Amino acid sequence: MQLREESEKEYVNQQFESTLDSVDRAESLIMGAAEAAGFDEDDLHKIGMAARECMVNAVVHGNRYNANKTVHLQVSGADDYIKIRIADQGEGFDISKLPDPLAEENLLRHSGRGIFLIRAFMDEVDVRPASPHGTEVLLVKKKSVSE
Amino acid sequence: MSVKLNSRQVGDVTVLDLAGRITLGEGSSTMRDALKEVLAQGHNKILLNLSEVSYIDSSGIGELVSAFTTVTNQGGQLKLNGLNKRVKDLLQITKLYTVFEVFDEESTAMRSYT
Repeated sequence: MQLREESEKEYVNQQFESTLDSVDRAESLIMGAAEAAGFDEDDLHKIGMAARECMVNAVVHGNRYNANKTVHLQVSGADDYIKIRIADQGEGFDISKLPDPLAEENLLRHSGRGIFLIRAFMDEVDVRPASPHGTEVLLVKKKSVSE
Repeated sequence: MSVKLNSRQVGDVTVLDLAGRITLGEGSSTMRDALKEVLAQGHNKILLNLSEVSYIDSSGIGELVSAFTTVTNQGGQLKLNGLNKRVKDLLQITKLYTVFEVFDEESTAMRSYT
């Protein structure tokens, strides 16, 4: 997808502490931005869920609740899409090594479904190393086209 | 809002009525603690009534799976009732609909216990 950066509106650009309270606050801000951008209820749920999973990953698995590390959230968008960037300051991870949560042997695992759900709910998901360290995740959701 | 929980006994089945959001943190641990208490009392036929649960995240799904394996490993049965469409969809896409027994009516769920 070719994003029209020049016409984008910025909704959120904020640093968060590595706490579960930050996850709730970020989810609320992202939902507010998506609502303001005109997404329907079904898409709002998907965006909120994906963003929450992503924030949890950043706080819990990335920064490991470290009080000296923050999570950077940016939300922007244009008429037909919303873009969410979430960057932690953790040690990073290799996404290719995540087990498939749908494999028979993994179905009863307690964890490991977060990234899978993020991919299921968003149109584009890009996970890459952040600079100078950590992980940055870019999520894009396009508005559903009415028939 | 995090999860609220009420426990009631219907015959030999313990029904845990959950309401709110089952998410990482308080929501997940509330359910885990309640289940531990029910099992400690010797009850192992359990129905989770999720009809008032509006939202479950991947941690909440993980708690449901843990609850299922814990109860099953103790020779019990854990089933789900009253899932809203979004929770049903979550179980579908994670393939967990094939793992859990899921009901829409409590009376039907009750009759299914052996």
